[in-house]
Amino acid sequence: MSHGAGGKATQSMIEGLFVPAFGSETLRAMGDAGFVEADGVELAMTTDSFVVKPIRFPGGSIGDLAVNGTVNDLAVSGARPLAVSLSLILEEGLAADELKAEVEAIAGAAEAADVHIVAGDTKVVERGAADKMYVCTTGLGRRDPRARMATDAIRPGDRILLSGTIGEHGTAIMLARGEFELDAAIESDTRPLWPVVNALLEETGPSLRCMRDATRGGVASVLNELARASQVAMLVHEAAVPIEPAVAGASELLGIDPMYVANEGKLVAFVAPEAADRALDALRAVPGCERAAEIGEVRTEPPGMVLVETSFGGKRVMDQLVGDPLPRIC
Amino acid sequence: MKYVDEFRDPELGRVLATEILAAVEPGRHYKFMEVCGGHTHSIYKYGVDDLLPANVELVHGPGCPVCVIPMGRVDDGIAVAREPGVIFTCFGDMMRVPGSDGSLLDAKAEGADIRMVYSPLDALRIAKQNPDREVVFFAIGFETTAPSTALTLMRAKAEGVKNFSCICSHVTIVPPLRALLDSPDLRLDGFVGPGHVSTVVGVRPFEFIPAEYGKPIVVAGFEPLDVLQAIRMILVQLAEGRCAVENQYARVVPYEGNQRALEVMAEVFELRPHFEWRGLGFISQSGLKLSDAYAELDAELRFSVPGMRVADPKACQCGEVLKGVIKPWECKVFGTACTPERPIGTCMVSSEGACAAYYNYGRFAREREVV
Repeated sequence: MSHGAGGKATQSMIEGLFVPAFGSETLRAMGDAGFVEADGVELAMTTDSFVVKPIRFPGGSIGDLAVNGTVNDLAVSGARPLAVSLSLILEEGLAADELKAEVEAIAGAAEAADVHIVAGDTKVVERGAADKMYVCTTGLGRRDPRARMATDAIRPGDRILLSGTIGEHGTAIMLARGEFELDAAIESDTRPLWPVVNALLEETGPSLRCMRDATRGGVASVLNELARASQVAMLVHEAAVPIEPAVAGASELLGIDPMYVANEGKLVAFVAPEAADRALDALRAVPGCERAAEIGEVRTEPPGMVLVETSFGGKRVMDQLVGDPLPRIC
Repeated sequence: MKYVDEFRDPELGRVLATEILAAVEPGRHYKFMEVCGGHTHSIYKYGVDDLLPANVELVHGPGCPVCVIPMGRVDDGIAVAREPGVIFTCFGDMMRVPGSDGSLLDAKAEGADIRMVYSPLDALRIAKQNPDREVVFFAIGFETTAPSTALTLMRAKAEGVKNFSCICSHVTIVPPLRALLDSPDLRLDGFVGPGHVSTVVGVRPFEFIPAEYGKPIVVAGFEPLDVLQAIRMILVQLAEGRCAVENQYARVVPYEGNQRALEVMAEVFELRPHFEWRGLGFISQSGLKLSDAYAELDAELRFSVPGMRVADPKACQCGEVLKGVIKPWECKVFGTACTPERPIGTCMVSSEGACAAYYNYGRFAREREVV
């Protein structure tokens, strides 16, 4: 299961198996979306599948996640989302009401994200061969000309910005499963990120080096992947990372580090130092990103490593995730 | 977070660091053991060691419940988990501990029904929800977790839950401490005493450490300020030429412990004549098993378990790490053949294990020392 958790095992599988086998240049770049050029137009393409359990949870459902997760991979790659395709795998016996609710959620999310659903497919499998429903998507977008971002474009001195509070999606799912007898008003943060990306691109243009949405594996996994890809070190100031008290409390009780907990509507942006203050102001002006913050900076040594300056004043390594604290989060 | 943030105040941390600096004798090297894995985890998680002077060295002790489980016990657990119809439950950390042929996680991937629980009561609830299945709880831990296992077993017995049983690998803290103190290759100046264990056993059981071995011990809490304050208290004792048991964690730990918890343990458990500790070998009267009155809930009697002693892998130096003789990174396989995703030794598995704590949080510091 850890191969699906977005941490070290996932990375080894991608780098050791998929990239060598399929090895196109754009795939080697290990971005959230790949690019293809057609008659001078640069198109971005991404694909995703959603197996979240339960399919409905506070703040959203599998339908919202499918649309938002797909358009967000395009947006953080610097592409304006245009269209999404959907493929539904349904378990025999799924209630018609549940299907209808998800179709409506998908339609609503697509409208909110300003994308069209342009193709689809449906398969039904025997009871037990799936868990209610799985959704597979493809997203198509167009590269925005204002910045050319890349996973290896991060430079020492760059600032690390985070678009808001962390850990809500993962914590909401965890509590929705009801396994811990914990109750808290925590909702998933699932939302489309193009408006956030758009505001950043408008303000910073080419000073925006790279972005990632901090989904599976959380902010810690994003930082680790990019520190390795750009061969830089990153220093995170723990006290600067915004977090809701309810999420902090649940993480404390369960012994989970919220830096590794999934988000579905938060991005991490790497910005050249001279543009960092303006970028942060632009972020905070976007509705829902009022708590955006600069959480750290990029350093030279030790390359490929993420360090945390703890709130207490010490320093430690923040490594890639090992194992899977919570399977089937998205 | 109220009642948490107060104990992580960086300002107070700096004050304590200054007091610690004032209490150390220049030129003298101090070696303190934090007995409990929870302390090890805290020290690395918050970077507490960054606030200590270079001549105060912390040595990680044997108090990580996962780390001390020998391979043979893991094999016993896997054998039961593979029995048809069994739902096997354990704490999350236990899943990745390697046995002689894979871990519980490997057995789960091969189809065994193994579930992670946060409490033995969750395991009992699973038993009640699945009356046609045998539900087994793999109980590990020191006196900290033993009372909750005991209460769960008492409840299972009282409610007549027939499909629930327990593999008891609970251990006690005093015998391994005594074994460590008797070990000739260990020169310690004092102990940061285990906080959670002491909430149950109290402070009195540690009186032998100053009385018989002439070393100070301060029972400490798990927040970074707790650890720093305990270190300061040990240093003050040494500076004043005293050695005593002191209680830094008095907000939680009563001197006499928790009588009710000790009573339920006494009812449900009895001491094994000896128990094998990973890397430390057999220590007499250090492990617990179910008492005769609870024998019907003993999974080791209900199922056939191999019960074989399996030698630790040759390359693994968990024993030396657990005794504080070597630092995690001094082990031959640390970070190469043995990593958190593919652990050879138990110390690399649990977040309370010295090797995992060091691997996950501390490598930067070591590189800094080496450079």
